[in-house]
Amino acid sequence: MGEVLSAAHITKSYGERTIIRDINVHLNEQEIVCLLGVSGVGKTTLFHILSGLNLPDSGRVVLNGREITGQPGKISYMLQKDLLLPYKRIIDNVALPLTIRGMNKQKAREKAAVYFEQFGLAGTEFEYPAQLSGGMRQRAALLRTYLSSEGVALLDEPFSALDTITKSAIHDWYLDIMQKISLSTLFITHDIDEAIVLSDRIYILSGSPGQITDEIEIAEKRPRARDFSLTPAFLSYKKQIVTALGPGSFRI
Amino acid sequence: MPEHENSRKVRDARAGFQKHVPAVLNLLAIAAVWLMLTEGGIVPNYMLPSPVAVVKAFVSDFPTLMYHSGVSLAEAILGLLIGIVLAFLIAVLMDRFITCRRALYPVMVVTQTIPTVAIAPILVLWMGFGMAPKITLVVITTFFPIAVGLLDGFSGVDQDAVDLMRSMGAGRRQIFLQIKLPSALGQFFSGLKISASYSVVGAVVAEWLGGFRGLGVYMTRVRKAYSFDKMFAVIILIVIISLLLIAAVNLLRRAVMPWERVQENRS
Repeated sequence: MGEVLSAAHITKSYGERTIIRDINVHLNEQEIVCLLGVSGVGKTTLFHILSGLNLPDSGRVVLNGREITGQPGKISYMLQKDLLLPYKRIIDNVALPLTIRGMNKQKAREKAAVYFEQFGLAGTEFEYPAQLSGGMRQRAALLRTYLSSEGVALLDEPFSALDTITKSAIHDWYLDIMQKISLSTLFITHDIDEAIVLSDRIYILSGSPGQITDEIEIAEKRPRARDFSLTPAFLSYKKQIVTALGPGSFRI
Repeated sequence: MPEHENSRKVRDARAGFQKHVPAVLNLLAIAAVWLMLTEGGIVPNYMLPSPVAVVKAFVSDFPTLMYHSGVSLAEAILGLLIGIVLAFLIAVLMDRFITCRRALYPVMVVTQTIPTVAIAPILVLWMGFGMAPKITLVVITTFFPIAVGLLDGFSGVDQDAVDLMRSMGAGRRQIFLQIKLPSALGQFFSGLKISASYSVVGAVVAEWLGGFRGLGVYMTRVRKAYSFDKMFAVIILIVIISLLLIAAVNLLRRAVMPWERVQENRS
């Protein structure tokens, strides 16, 4: 498995305050890697830099061997909200990245329509986002992210808005779909269980300024059993992560 | 399924109808009081004509009223269309260039503080007695609510949505067309509704202050003849025309923004 994305020595400050310092992360082909940390530690700042929306003060971002620091449009980025545009039908929302690249509307629709079945969205093509449930909206946003990507996606707390039951269902679905499509993803969460269930590797981001303080490999083979989250192996990972996050992480 | 659908439609229609009952009753009550005051001899006819006389005046003068309405409506609609184009250009410029905003915004506000009755005769002096000064006055009164609506819509856009578009590699033009413009539509139509109701009154005021055709001219004539029944008839006609224009804006909004109905049905 080759490396598709790497970020080296990323530092970013806003005014006097350094948000993240000397961050090094990488992502291999087909890998699901999680960036775990408490709120306000700079996870979203890092994603804005990786996606090219913001420039780092120092450091570089490399995608498939080419430097893309500060160049948006190369890596697909799913922001915290689903951000489906309320005035576009689901099919046009999903096909948006294709039309932005200059594909005509009809062709983009055809290309997007192919994936609706697989993403559990069949029949919703011509509905508006307001007509869909939270889980469906999230899947539509994921499909849009997939269509805008050339193999690498950043997901910022993709499932945080969902309730626990919907969340675990969408986790199963997500792992299943990741087997079928070729996408390497780096995602943010502050949910430890979610991180362990989904990831191949976990980066722990902590401190102020935020730094990568630990890297944990989840060796459990995929596809993972549904009761993985109830096994001793899972608990020992959780213990390891809680320790890595440090006592300060659980201040309320 | 279809039966269920139908019964729901019937229920919706009934609810829609019931919503208007208080307003209709209120209007009927006002008409009844008006009728009592005038026909009962409490208020003399030269001060307040009876509704019966107003209806008679409306019927007898109908062709003349329609002729003048056509002129006023043409001025109002032309002025409104030019107002929309102007508002659009100004709002886009002010959104794109902060310097433009700083330069134009105060001037725009000042144009709204100038009393229309004062500026109308000056416009007549500059442009003659034809339609041009009337249309200009309508433009002045209508562009402001639309421009402000659009501008608020443009600047109120969700920054995350803009970031999403940028992350997809979208340029400024695409962000404008796909995000800013559609997001501003709601406020655009709110502004347009206000402007539509101003437009007819704007045209009439301009005609009142100098011209040969239009409802404003008709009003000055019947006023000089002390035909208050005709005066009331034309007032009611102007109200009806304004309401029709507002209804047209609402219809247009429904056609242009079909997703709004979806959201209404869910909530």
